[in-house]
Amino acid sequence: MQPVFLLTDLFVFAILLFVIWYVWHVRSDRNLRANWRLAMCRPVAMVSSMLLGFFLLVGLADSIHFREALPAAAGQAKQFSSEANSVLDKLLHPIASAAERSYSEPLAALGFKKETFEKDGVTVRDYPRLRFGGKHLTDPAQDLAADVAAKSWFALGLGALIVLGTLLTACLLASVLTQQPMGVVFSKFKSGHTEWPWRSMAITFTVMVLAMTWVVMLSGYYHVFGTDRTGNSVLVFALKSVRTALVIGGLTTLVVLPLALFFGVTAGYLRGWVDEAIQYLYTLLASIPDVLLIAASVLLLQVFIDKNQGVFETALERADARLFFLCLILGITSFTGLCRLVRGETLKLRELEYIQSAQAFGVSTPRVLWRHIVPNLMHLVLINTVMQFSGFVLAEAVLSYVGVGVDPKTASFGVMINTARSELAVTPLVWWTLATAFVFMFLIVLSANLLADAIRDAFDPRTRLRSSNSPANPSAATDKEVAA
Amino acid sequence: MFQFLTRKLAYGLAILVGINLLTFVLFFKVNTPDDMARMQLGGKRVTPDAIEKWKAERGYDRPSFFNPQEEGLAQLTNTIFLDSSLRMFAFDFGRADSGRDIASEIVRRAGPSIALALPTFVVGLGISVVLALGLAFFRGTYLDFWGTVLCVVFMSISSLFFIVMGQFLFSRVLQLIPVSGFAPGLDAWRFLVLPVAVGILARLGSEIRFNRTLFMEEIGKDYVRTARSKGLSEARVLFSHVLRNALIPILSASVAVIPLLFMGSLITESFFAIPGLGSYLIEAIAGQDFAIVRAMVFVGSFLYIIGLILTDISYTLADPRIRLQ
Repeated sequence: MQPVFLLTDLFVFAILLFVIWYVWHVRSDRNLRANWRLAMCRPVAMVSSMLLGFFLLVGLADSIHFREALPAAAGQAKQFSSEANSVLDKLLHPIASAAERSYSEPLAALGFKKETFEKDGVTVRDYPRLRFGGKHLTDPAQDLAADVAAKSWFALGLGALIVLGTLLTACLLASVLTQQPMGVVFSKFKSGHTEWPWRSMAITFTVMVLAMTWVVMLSGYYHVFGTDRTGNSVLVFALKSVRTALVIGGLTTLVVLPLALFFGVTAGYLRGWVDEAIQYLYTLLASIPDVLLIAASVLLLQVFIDKNQGVFETALERADARLFFLCLILGITSFTGLCRLVRGETLKLRELEYIQSAQAFGVSTPRVLWRHIVPNLMHLVLINTVMQFSGFVLAEAVLSYVGVGVDPKTASFGVMINTARSELAVTPLVWWTLATAFVFMFLIVLSANLLADAIRDAFDPRTRLRSSNSPANPSAATDKEVAA
Repeated sequence: MFQFLTRKLAYGLAILVGINLLTFVLFFKVNTPDDMARMQLGGKRVTPDAIEKWKAERGYDRPSFFNPQEEGLAQLTNTIFLDSSLRMFAFDFGRADSGRDIASEIVRRAGPSIALALPTFVVGLGISVVLALGLAFFRGTYLDFWGTVLCVVFMSISSLFFIVMGQFLFSRVLQLIPVSGFAPGLDAWRFLVLPVAVGILARLGSEIRFNRTLFMEEIGKDYVRTARSKGLSEARVLFSHVLRNALIPILSASVAVIPLLFMGSLITESFFAIPGLGSYLIEAIAGQDFAIVRAMVFVGSFLYIIGLILTDISYTLADPRIRLQ
């Protein structure tokens, strides 16, 4: 195997390293730790971060690319496949390779459209058997429902066993660690009187495990989310789209942060002509309608790719470069809002006594900025970052629809919705592409939004004081909403 | 006042000059007219003659900043940059690749765009203000809590889903209204009802939440407590005192958006085949017509700057404490 590092892969790893560093940093900083504890003690925050964590794992598995070694004849140099696959591709291979000829409904055993074929020597016009879905059935018309039900019960039972096992182990572990008897641990857990929202976490865990075992077990026999026009599994496409969505959200944030921080802080701290110049720059960028700037830039990239065919070796690399470029442009068009906020806050901070005393001590300007200004802006930056993330995921779908988003061959929710649009116009109706895209995208964006809300409530000084009540108390939750 | 306006206008002009320079660099330096010609004429099998002809037709065969073949001032004016820029400031955008005049096309298409965008904006603003005030009235109750949750849920649904589902439900299943298209005059309402409804719905979640936050901030202020201690009913306090004061920031923020309404909405227009500026832009992007894209960037920025100036003025009108300086 030969590892392949796409441009966006490298940045995904960079983000991962950054997150690990940040977690370590939070652990060593008392204030930060208290804030994060405040945020994560809310059940909503914990539940949504578990969901997001699952999607992150999927995205990460799809970011480790490699080229497989081809079976080489003896004495020859090792040859590698020309196609780069990811770990996720490898995991999904059984489903991805089990392609049908065309559309098929979720959990179907028969084709979606009638075809003319020969059966027992007679030419008939009927729904053909699928190549993969339900091929173990002898008479799909009769056995399908019973088979699906039996397999579902088996999968759910297995899932329940896994959940029970995990929960029991967790309770045991908790009783050993806290030196409390099992009964006390369990009753606390049941009533939700725990420091962390263990009960909500357990419920989420249960639902996630049950859903996953069900999908995994049934995927061995059926296409759980149906297949698209070319007969490929919709589930695979949706899972591959997760990475695109997360890369757009994460990488764009990575572009926005340094730009906004650097320009905002220098403009606010240095003032004078630097401030004027930076204000001019971001008014300029803000005045161009976002979509137009993105469209113009993507058109330019298209010309560049056409002109320099040799730069990118494979179609995957070309698509990846386009994704990277899209994040870059999206970041440049959307850093202005945060930049303005940072500038305003810096203007306020620089007048405070501790900054003035630092100046009086002769601390150099970069050091004042880095040691005294930037740490005090971090809550603002964090809140804005998490709030913007879901916006970027939604923007990707829109841009891809307009044709200035990701490469049409890249799996993304925008591409899915775009195909679903034409599928909804035909009879019989192909509804599952849209439904799958909807479910996945909704889950990602909703959990990102909820997590963002919890983080904002915990980190925003205006709302923090009010939310120090017990998070399990619903009136406290509404109080926080009031303050927000 | 006069001095303030001239200063703002001068700043706006400076921004427009910057925009012009930026788009020029993007469209003529990063990509040369040769690239554009090759792309328009189709791929690699284009003869140099055809490229020259294409460039000559558009005046792109001249030098970009400085023309040594001319005399005097014409050395600067007879160049791509100054010529096209000066024309742009006079709203003469030249011709599109299809041969039509871009400026008149923009004027023609602004009508349908505004017919779609204005009702969406006005009705949407009204609904979101009313609902947000309702949530504020029931603050701290389960109604408020679940209402806010519902807002987050709405915010998490891509606007594309609203469009696709709306078209499917009302046009295909119920067959109440046409799927897409446009008719001039009063007949247009049948084509506009659904896009307007979808446009409102897609933005409702975030707008209600935003307005609710504004109302909540307002409710915490001293004059509200005074009003209550006078013995006014809660409804009276909210609807006459809080609403009036909270409307100032809401309306001032809206002023910035109004000029941009002319730009139309990209997605809705192209989904519903409404011949406005949004779909014009999408067609231009699909057809890779750089002249149109550049013209639209200019018009968009122009409208944005007008919005900025209007916002400044409206703030001072709404709040006499802010002086024009």
